[in-house]
Amino acid sequence: MIIVDSRNLNFREINEQIKLAAQKSKYINLINVNGQRYIGTGLSSSVNITIEGLPGNDLAAFLNGPRITVNGNGQDAIANTMNAGEVIIHGMAGDTAGYAMRGGSVYISGNAGYRVGIHMKEYKSSIPAIIIGNKAGDFLGEYMAGGIVAVLGLNLGKGDSIVGNYCGTGMHGGVIYVRGHVGNHQLGAEVVRKEMKENDYKKLEPLLRKFCSYFKNDYKDIVKGPFTKLVSVNKRPYGSLYAY
Amino acid sequence: MQIEGEVRIPSGCAISGIMNKKGKAVPGEYIIRSISLMHERSNGLGGGFAAYGIYPEYRDYYALHLFFDSIASKKDTEHFINRHFDVSDAGKIPTRKVPSIKNAPLIWRYFVKPKAARLDQSELDEEEYVVQCVMSVNKKIKGAYVFSSGKNMGTFKGVGYPEDIGDFYRLDEYRGYIWTAHGRFPTNTPGWWGGAHPFSLLDCSIVHNGELSSYQTNRRYLEELGYSCTLQTDTEVITYLLDLLLRKHRLPLDIACSIIAPPFFKDIERMGSNESALYKTLRIIYGKGLMNGPFSIIAAWNNGIMALNDRIKLRSLVAATKDDMLFIASEEAAIRTVCPQPEHIWAPRGSEPVIGRLETGETGFGTVDVKEDKAC
Repeated sequence: MIIVDSRNLNFREINEQIKLAAQKSKYINLINVNGQRYIGTGLSSSVNITIEGLPGNDLAAFLNGPRITVNGNGQDAIANTMNAGEVIIHGMAGDTAGYAMRGGSVYISGNAGYRVGIHMKEYKSSIPAIIIGNKAGDFLGEYMAGGIVAVLGLNLGKGDSIVGNYCGTGMHGGVIYVRGHVGNHQLGAEVVRKEMKENDYKKLEPLLRKFCSYFKNDYKDIVKGPFTKLVSVNKRPYGSLYAY
Repeated sequence: MQIEGEVRIPSGCAISGIMNKKGKAVPGEYIIRSISLMHERSNGLGGGFAAYGIYPEYRDYYALHLFFDSIASKKDTEHFINRHFDVSDAGKIPTRKVPSIKNAPLIWRYFVKPKAARLDQSELDEEEYVVQCVMSVNKKIKGAYVFSSGKNMGTFKGVGYPEDIGDFYRLDEYRGYIWTAHGRFPTNTPGWWGGAHPFSLLDCSIVHNGELSSYQTNRRYLEELGYSCTLQTDTEVITYLLDLLLRKHRLPLDIACSIIAPPFFKDIERMGSNESALYKTLRIIYGKGLMNGPFSIIAAWNNGIMALNDRIKLRSLVAATKDDMLFIASEEAAIRTVCPQPEHIWAPRGSEPVIGRLETGETGFGTVDVKEDKAC
């Protein structure tokens, strides 16, 4: 384990330190992080990075393999265009987590902000996933083209809604599972509810089991649901938008 | 040099605000530390601060902060000020040399009260009299610009990174119970000292991150009502809109917020009949006050602070509380750098205002619910 004290380091220095440390050890611990952006950008290896503190925007952008664990909250655009690996947030995430994500998985124990999973996509066996422990903001899965988003609502307060408004607006691929009720007024025009099938539980099982092992939740309890499954109405919602 | 209004400026920007609800003063170094953490959101072409409670010895005087291009414009302005106000004290605003801050104008402040006879003659209330005098200087005296005009508060701004501007104005030597700050990211203008944020009028100051697509609608609306938007910036329009709704129309603050960032009609339809009638009425009367496009703003007055996002939250905003302190910033890290362990921390929803009221007996903002209590 190599410890990197990040207190007076800027993001370039932190990423240089990570690259040096990754040559010597599989375990890196960043301490005293507060607000530095782009941590772990484009990193390709099987290293495990643990962050104590609050990483700045674009954590794990273009990440390609490592596992990054944050013992605290994250800010905006976590896992921006991430390709492979895992990001585990023991806290809440800001807006646009999983922005254009194309592989790997993100686990968030608490709330997530607006536009989570915006323009996620999948290709063959590379199917990205975002699992949110509590609730998500508006525009969940906006323009989503592939992948899996699950919202679990494990700690909803009185009057809390598990997702916000405009859920799945512009969605044309992938699937959103919401463990709870989604009102008609919360749905974007491009999504519909579908019945949960066995295949859906198969997809969810490995993701939920990992979520439960990271955040010490009871899998049997979570998998009971009930889940609302949301998929897109069609694959090209705007195909004729500019075809006058 | 081209100034504001001659060039369009799309902006990135960082904002931060700190308030002590009991009115206890905190030193300026906290807000400098908070805004400088978000250094990458600015590009060195604008930074500024608003501070409340900094002139207790002159609490009954309007503190006019001015930029002058030349001695001549200063002379003209002082002639104007002496005709319209009794000046209790005046002097250069203290600054220190900072290598990155260049081409500073002459920066002066005047602690003034309207001349009683002139005020009577004008048949205006005192605040309106001051506003009209500020507008006159800014419109008519070449090379002079009043950038702050409230009581017991002041804005400090210029071209540079905010932390350097804070150093330049020696803000570490001031103590205030509300501080707001702005770091600016204009991309295609040389930047102008008067165009930096905060923008302020009387004791209302605004810092703003974003871009109003409704600018022209809002501007025409305000001009119909007698405002003249000389800078052609979004922030000027926001300041005048709040001035109209709060000072002139005396609306409660949360009603003003729901005019600027109203609920969607589809959500109004789902409300109970009283509520839906209220919001429909507001949209009918104040439709042109709706601000569209991405924004996060922090507004401050002598009696409190308000932060607001556009309706679909296209800019980030985080709020936190600890004891009597309220923190608001574009990024959570900018709060944690001055308050590592807040009691409550949350991301306000689009169009959900965060309101902090001074709890020292001063009234203001009307008599509606305090929203932030609910959020905690």
